[in-house]
Amino acid sequence: MAEIKILTKNIDVPDQDRIDVYMCGGGYEAARKVLNEYMPEAVIEEVKKSGLRGRGGAGFPAGMKWSFVPKESKLPKYLCCNADEGEPGTFKDRLLMEKDPHLLVEGIIITCFAIGIHTAFIYIRGEYVKEAEILQRAVDEAYQKGFLGNVIFGKNFNLDVIVHRGAGAYICGEETGLIESLEGKRGEPRLKPPFPAIVGAFQGPTVVNNVETLCNIPHIMEKGGEWYGAIGPERNTGTRLFAVSGHVNRPGIFELTLDVTARELIYDYAGGISGGRKLKAVVPGGSSSPCLRADEIDVQMSFDALMKVGSMAGSGAVIVMDETVCIPKIALRSLEFYAHESCGQCTPCREGVPWMMKIARRIVNGEGEKGDVDLMLEICENILGRTLCPLGDAAAMPTKGYLTKFREEFEEHIRMKKCKVQSA
Amino acid sequence: MTIVTEKINLTPELKKEAEKLMLRYPDKTAALIPVLHLVQGKFGFVSVELEEQVAELMGLSRTRVHGVLTFYTMFNRKPVGKYLVQVCTNISCTLNGAEETLKKVKQKLGIGVGETTTDNKFTLMTVECLGSCGTAPVMQINDDYYENLTEQKIDEIFDKLN
Ligand SMILES: Cc1cc2nc3c(=O)[nH]c(=O)nc-3n(C[C@H](O)[C@H](O)[C@H](O)COP(=O)(O)O)c2cc1C
Ligand code: SF4
Ligand code: FES
Repeated sequence: MAEIKILTKNIDVPDQDRIDVYMCGGGYEAARKVLNEYMPEAVIEEVKKSGLRGRGGAGFPAGMKWSFVPKESKLPKYLCCNADEGEPGTFKDRLLMEKDPHLLVEGIIITCFAIGIHTAFIYIRGEYVKEAEILQRAVDEAYQKGFLGNVIFGKNFNLDVIVHRGAGAYICGEETGLIESLEGKRGEPRLKPPFPAIVGAFQGPTVVNNVETLCNIPHIMEKGGEWYGAIGPERNTGTRLFAVSGHVNRPGIFELTLDVTARELIYDYAGGISGGRKLKAVVPGGSSSPCLRADEIDVQMSFDALMKVGSMAGSGAVIVMDETVCIPKIALRSLEFYAHESCGQCTPCREGVPWMMKIARRIVNGEGEKGDVDLMLEICENILGRTLCPLGDAAAMPTKGYLTKFREEFEEHIRMKKCKVQSA
Repeated sequence: MTIVTEKINLTPELKKEAEKLMLRYPDKTAALIPVLHLVQGKFGFVSVELEEQVAELMGLSRTRVHGVLTFYTMFNRKPVGKYLVQVCTNISCTLNGAEETLKKVKQKLGIGVGETTTDNKFTLMTVECLGSCGTAPVMQINDDYYENLTEQKIDEIFDKLN
């Protein structure tokens, strides 16, 4: 376990969001160096060497994703920075955009140079009004300095960055939903293949990367892929911003290497459970990840380790629940969210999720029926792997987790027609 | 009593701004959401008439504009109060007392969720995760976030706005 500050190194520097302050700390030097000294392919190689995996949810290796984009393309290529930050429990990209927006802009410049992109969009969730303003100001400042626009850093390379606000829809965080939304349509995910790297925004090859992923790029290019690749466990390199919320004494964002365990994160960093109560469950990677029970928290918070125990690292959002929590109620809240956010294109998601929500609601209301738990589990199985986009899975996986890990609590609700935890 | 319905139209300035937005994209129709934000920013909501005018301005079908307008939760198709109050009720906020927060806000404003006060000052809604879970419970009033809410804080916030 290690506390290494990479992304949050300058987060507390006053006025770090202004370009002069950012540059005082060595900002834009990595971009300048890359544009003057590197061939685009060499940048991709360096990022591959770093082992950096996407921080948006799926953990896909960034360098590999970039290498899928055809070098030559008749249509323009695009970068979409995913700043939709909609996964419940997640609030880390907001910190980066608010406090260190130039780090993101610099990451975008390097990424676009590596892939041969001349237009980048930052798709930011509509509710982040302040953050969009801060980003826009940072982009304007970068244009003024000649770091965006034509002839960047004196090189024959041009790049435009457009800050684009969403308008409230979780599904627009999914990469093809995002692309549809960016094109001014309903954010309904596309069938894959073709993958965005081949046919994406405006039909052109498109890379979608999360804010935090892109913020790592300047650091990787400054210190080298090998340096980054040596931090943390193998295949799970670098640090990530864990956003801890719920029943802890010190909720907040902690930048740590991925060998930190859930226990360390909760007790050593987030100050333990509030009120000295006992831990009941932890959601380790945003609301779409299956929960861990209190006896499962010695697991490392890496992509691979969490996958091995049947959960996932997701967006790095850690939601902590103490012993007073009614799990069926949380399962219901989660299902209400996914039912509301389903775009309705596929039957298992459109019908299955609200159906599970209704069953969960009657269980919570003390009107559950014998067999409800198995019925819900059956619906989960009928959704998993059978939908166009991963939202269906994102609703079914955590539900299945709550049902199997806390089955007795659901059964008790059904038998006793009330919540024992909350009436205690 | 006669109900006076003021006809609202896209002003020339607004049209100009919208056209500027359209130039930012490889395909001008991609500016639809930014244009709708622009229109809503001016009028507080996007009426059927405005919907038609946006469609015409952008060379889009009305169905397309309507489809987009109804897909996104941030767009209002009916007028809302001067202050749109949105209380987050997602998991982290619920764990930190969002139910009590919502109850308190309802009491304070004397309205239920989805309602507007008679003086048209406040409209109350619930909202899904606002991306501020570390400072739960949270609500958003117009563009501003209010975090770590307590009963006392809620009193203060609304007393100031009143
Ligand atoms: C329903 C759904 C919502 C998502 N929301 C987000 C989001 O808000 N932000 C994000 O970066 N990725 C989100 N993702 C993941 C994206 O589809 C995509 O994998 C990611 O942006 C790729 O960037 P990365 O490789 O840098 O992680 C979401 C995925 C799904 C299925
Ligand atoms: S899984 Fe759900 S959200 Fe995804 S495309 Fe199908 S209906 Fe839409
Ligand atoms: S759950 Fe309320 S802000 Fe995230």
